[in-house]
Amino acid sequence: MNGAQDLGGMHGFGSVKPEPNEPPFHAEWERHAFALTLAMGIPGGWNIDMSRFARESLPPADYLAKSYYEIWLAGLEKLMAERGLVMPDEVEAGKPLHPAKPVTRTLKPGDVAQVLYRGAPTGRESATPARFKLGERVRAKNMHPRTHTRLPRYVRGHVGVIDSLHGCHVFPDSHALGKGENPQWLYTVAFDGRELWGADGDPAVKVSVDAWEPYLEPI
Amino acid sequence: MSHDHHDHSDLSETELRVRALQTILMEKGYVEPAALDLLIETYEKKIGPRNGARVVAKAWCDPEYKKWLLTNANAAIASVGYAGRQGEHMMVLENTPKRHNMVVCTLCSCYPWPVLGLPPVWYKSAPYRSRAVADPRGVLREFGVELPKDMEIRVWDSTSEIRYLVLPMRPTGTDGWSEEHLADLVTRDSMIGTGLPKRPDEIAK
Repeated sequence: MNGAQDLGGMHGFGSVKPEPNEPPFHAEWERHAFALTLAMGIPGGWNIDMSRFARESLPPADYLAKSYYEIWLAGLEKLMAERGLVMPDEVEAGKPLHPAKPVTRTLKPGDVAQVLYRGAPTGRESATPARFKLGERVRAKNMHPRTHTRLPRYVRGHVGVIDSLHGCHVFPDSHALGKGENPQWLYTVAFDGRELWGADGDPAVKVSVDAWEPYLEPI
Repeated sequence: MSHDHHDHSDLSETELRVRALQTILMEKGYVEPAALDLLIETYEKKIGPRNGARVVAKAWCDPEYKKWLLTNANAAIASVGYAGRQGEHMMVLENTPKRHNMVVCTLCSCYPWPVLGLPPVWYKSAPYRSRAVADPRGVLREFGVELPKDMEIRVWDSTSEIRYLVLPMRPTGTDGWSEEHLADLVTRDSMIGTGLPKRPDEIAK
């Protein structure tokens, strides 16, 4: 979706402000927002693409006004409400008002290390040969789905070169909607700076994105 | 995204909301406090950029390891003990005198957790995400890095589950240094591509 999360190429946000010796968290509540989000993925049963979709579907003004973990929190509340796990009136009241929904699994302390070490790999067996080959010129489609996608606006319609093939990976556009993994070939596609940003672009810059096959078309 | 942790105006409201949420989730039996503590401890105390620095230093010392790292990053990184969430599909990008690599996630905050820990605030914020792809040279200047005009800058936008780690160039004047000593030169930013490793004279012997 063309939401506020798709920031590449926007102007007006000011300079980058590195913080010397930055700690992982800046407030106690950030620690908890982080841990609750990770832990709830197990009883909640959503996947990473659903989480991203929940965050980016915040109204743009809201998304841009919130800090990072505030966005996580809003995403978590949305995912839980959609599944009837915790309803907005309960968050407002600060206590449970509805019975707990039965969940099949929760994150046990003894499983934390293993769950983190295993992660959630997205590589899958390829059922079909790759449509594009290394070095081939391709165009990123001009597409504007209202649902989750990982093709940023700044490359849409532009021509780049296939820089590497990564095999088949879970396709976020399907996965975010609960329509299954629908694995697709994944490529890294490199674009010249001037192709993306015009004559004022830096000729020594190249920018790549990782793009699934359905995002690309032959020239 | 427009404000950060320095804005305290709504902090207490958010603090209360998170506390309430945690109580509700515990009372409903969805989360266990001991598991939450372990998650926090892992990313606050155990997993951080020192992991990546060890990988880089090893690659600087061992040409065979470097070759392995550049062709099969997952296996090479797992061999020193780092793997898992947000690093399931690693790729290592080698800086050379001709090419400087820089990593961003314009759409969210994708970052190689097992080797770098959690991303810094600036990496997740609108200024970096908006400008890294359009004006990387300007962004680098804000980090105090000025590269030769003809050096290619390659920006990698992390739009899939591939996670990128930059392998910076080994600083000169470090012949014969041990891996452990070399790792002290490897900064977090040098592995994102927004910085360079420290020079030998920048650290205490």
